[in-house]
Amino acid sequence: MSELTMRVWRGDPEGGAFTDYPMPAVEGEVVLDVIHRIQAGPAPDLACRWNCKAGKCGSCSAEINGVPRLMCMTRMDELPTEEPVVVAPMRTFPVIRDLVTDVSFNYEVARRIPPFTPGPPPPGGYRMKQQDVERGQEFRKCIECFMCQDVCHVIRDHEENKTAFAGPRFFIRLMELDSHPLDEEDRREFTRHDAGLGYCNITKCCTEVCPEHIRITDNGIIPMKERVIDTAYDPVVWLGRKIVRRGARRPASTAGTAGEQPAAEESATA
Amino acid sequence: MPEYESHEYDVIVIGAGGAGLRAAIEAKERGLRTALVCKSLLGKAHTVMAEGGAAAAMGNVWPEDNWQVHFRDTMRGGKLLNNWRMAQLHAQEAPDRIYELERWGALFDRTADGRILQRDFGGHRYARLAHVGDRTGLEMIRTLQQRAVALDVDVYMECKVLRLLKDAEGRVSGAIAYWRASGDYVEFRAKAVVVATGSVGKSWLYTSNSWESTGDGHAMALWAGADVIDMECIQFHPTGMVWPLSVRGILVTEGVRGDGGVLRNSEGARFMFDYIPAMFAAETADSEAEADRWYEDHLHNRRPPELLPRDEVARSINSEVKAGRGGPHGGVFLDIASRRSAEYIRRRLPSMYHQFKELAGVDITAEPMEVGPTCHYIMGGIRVDADTEATTVPGLFAAGEVAAGLHGANRLGGNSLSDLLVFGRRAGMAAADFAEGRSGAPSPEAGDVERALSDAEAPFGREGGESPYDLHQSLQRTMQALVGIIRTESELVEALEELDELDDRATRVSVTGGRVYNPGWNLATDLPSMLTVSRLVAKGALERRESRGGHTRDDYPKADPELGKVNFVQRLGSGGEFTIAPEPLPEMPPELQRLLEEEHS
Ligand SMILES: Cc1cc2nc3c(=O)[nH]c(=O)nc-3n(C[C@H](O)[C@H](O)[C@H](O)COP(=O)(O)OP(=O)(O)OC[C@H]3O[C@@H](n4cnc5c(N)ncnc54)[C@H](O)[C@@H]3O)c2cc1C
Ligand code: SF4
Ligand code: SF4
Ligand code: FES
Repeated sequence: MSELTMRVWRGDPEGGAFTDYPMPAVEGEVVLDVIHRIQAGPAPDLACRWNCKAGKCGSCSAEINGVPRLMCMTRMDELPTEEPVVVAPMRTFPVIRDLVTDVSFNYEVARRIPPFTPGPPPPGGYRMKQQDVERGQEFRKCIECFMCQDVCHVIRDHEENKTAFAGPRFFIRLMELDSHPLDEEDRREFTRHDAGLGYCNITKCCTEVCPEHIRITDNGIIPMKERVIDTAYDPVVWLGRKIVRRGARRPASTAGTAGEQPAAEESATA
Repeated sequence: MPEYESHEYDVIVIGAGGAGLRAAIEAKERGLRTALVCKSLLGKAHTVMAEGGAAAAMGNVWPEDNWQVHFRDTMRGGKLLNNWRMAQLHAQEAPDRIYELERWGALFDRTADGRILQRDFGGHRYARLAHVGDRTGLEMIRTLQQRAVALDVDVYMECKVLRLLKDAEGRVSGAIAYWRASGDYVEFRAKAVVVATGSVGKSWLYTSNSWESTGDGHAMALWAGADVIDMECIQFHPTGMVWPLSVRGILVTEGVRGDGGVLRNSEGARFMFDYIPAMFAAETADSEAEADRWYEDHLHNRRPPELLPRDEVARSINSEVKAGRGGPHGGVFLDIASRRSAEYIRRRLPSMYHQFKELAGVDITAEPMEVGPTCHYIMGGIRVDADTEATTVPGLFAAGEVAAGLHGANRLGGNSLSDLLVFGRRAGMAAADFAEGRSGAPSPEAGDVERALSDAEAPFGREGGESPYDLHQSLQRTMQALVGIIRTESELVEALEELDELDDRATRVSVTGGRVYNPGWNLATDLPSMLTVSRLVAKGALERRESRGGHTRDDYPKADPELGKVNFVQRLGSGGEFTIAPEPLPEMPPELQRLLEEEHS
């Protein structure tokens, strides 16, 4: 049976180093399988995070040969095994131990986002067209692996930006809420100021690593930038767009002018 | 004794899957001090993996559907071992719970007229599963997570509960846990506790379950004095991946069959036509032509046999493979490629497409998948009151997969996600009522905390003992080989003997390193629950001398009408020994009885 070498980062907040583990190669395995075999053998206390082992929960993110990937969805036979396979924790987040990082930053940002705020349901319940929910559905595929956050240079190299920058995962969350046919909250101010959308210079690194193939920049960030910057502080323009997108439905009661927009309602078929 | 921090709440909920999140939302909305404790990160619980959908008789696709039909399907699917009242509440309330998710932001797939679309699944008479492609669990968990966050529920994540705590009067009064990131201990004092810890699959070698499914809640409740019932009723899902070995057990959603996929053996035959049981003969197609017409016209055709309840399909696959008609890796073939267009398959089943492409190198739009049964779900669990989810111990409630009753001897696909919502909410309400009615601060007995901490610390004090990983593997091998899909007395007796040995080995487990994010130690603290639950399953399986739903005995191949009237109840005896006895099922009122007897064409 052939052998391979796993070069795994071991350490804690104080520091650490790579350790080599020579392991027999087994057909069909993914990186997480080999990590599990290391745990069951030479390093029982090797820390790694995982849950589903099916690419569905987004727990097992790590940097494999320098690229953020899900350990449970990266097959060993697609990696060059003449060289050691290098497995390191995500760099943007503080290390807890070995491959496990402290991702609480993301949970804090999530708490700050103004929540989904629907209008009252019409008699007979809400109706939404499939084509109107599809944009939001693309973003809701997000498994919160935080690899887009990991790779974004705005916070990867600048710890200090974390207070002012929500990161790509949350830009698509904001876009998802904004394009939700039932939501009526205006988050433009939040998106500009609190979430720091302006820091993003559209390098598209986030899109490249997304395991769910969400088009984070093209479908999320870029349209969001247009919306936030073009229409900043002009409630009528903002409202008009919302109504066009939503179809013939009474516009937001949260925005002061909402009731008096019959013209906009007519443009709904556009 | 190590130090520990302490927090006081009105209600704590252990588990942040669908059931736990829904319970916490309910208690928090009532204005109670509420905490949610889970052993993974928030949003990663096993529920996230659910694919096919949530069953609710909304009648959006088939107006003929209603709660009575859903009730009937659930009871028949469960081989009438269900708690009738739970089946009734579930069927009645599921639609409201789905619409509630929509009010909280969920984006389900839509019908042409803009309502929530519903899909076909095994054992459901009408297309009934609200869904989002094949990632319904993700949509549900994210919606509930975001709702809980909006309500500002306190979340303790990566925090593993070891034991429940009781006060001097025997009321559950909190729990003792540790933070995985620091290894520090935490005590929760609470007036009411909801257990929503999910499944037990990690005691088997091939399972669709995530690592969290170690049966902690089942074991904790039992240790605290609660009754558990029908632990032998385990669902082996008919279609798990079989190859490569490292992914063996990962689920292939029933949605593949609901959307037109069929099962074939190595000779290319649709063998399910040979395995239609009498109970379902009247409603199952007996020719391929009729089965194929059913997808378009449910009213004039009977359903394909591939969509029989899961226990039937899993057993049939098992028989085909045993008869030498299996595939190269011991499975059978699930074929949708020859039946639907590539575009349709990619749109309806995107995660399945990726899963096979990435993990097995198989393109499911061009070739069949090889599949076989995998340990998937436990119908048995903590005994609860149907309306309140109260266990037999005051102050303790249970909801979701950890609780028993709704699904009887076999669960229909899609009935779990709706179960989580209906009974998660009810558990949250009842726990809130209980907390409000309880005066004084909760005061757990100090002795319980001490015992739990010294047990948790013990593996550090031993050197060169058993590896927790080895012990886990031995347990999985035992359960897979001896308490699997087909059971027999001699093997179950052997399993119990092996479990004695494994219990003994568990007293010698040792771990290296410290408490900070140490998976070896974490596993060592999961082992007592896994061993406890495995014993409950093996004992239940030995006692139930019949075949019913997810419990199949080679030596008692038929259902015994007398045993169909009892739950097997297990609890701890005064000396700490496990006791088991049959107790009669709650009696069903005649008007519901009639619903079951009504013949539908
Ligand atoms: C692959 C797959 C697909 C499925 N598809 C469907 C489907 O389409 N439709 C359907 O209806 N059902 C489906 N099911 C079944 C359904 O997903 C589960 O039954 C359901 O999600 C269980 O939810 P739960 O809330 O009870 O627990 P879980 O979601 O399992 O959550 C358990 C929670 O308890 C926590 N926990 C456990 N032990 C401890 C402890 N000691 N201390 C602290 N926290 C603890 C965990 O961290 C977790 O948060 C599927 C299951 C699988 C595996
Ligand atoms: S596109 Fe913007 S958000 Fe994405 S990685 Fe680049 S800078 Fe960051
Ligand atoms: S957007 Fe993609 S990369 Fe970012 S967290 Fe979600 S799934 Fe991961
Ligand atoms: S373990 Fe869930 S995504 Fe890898």
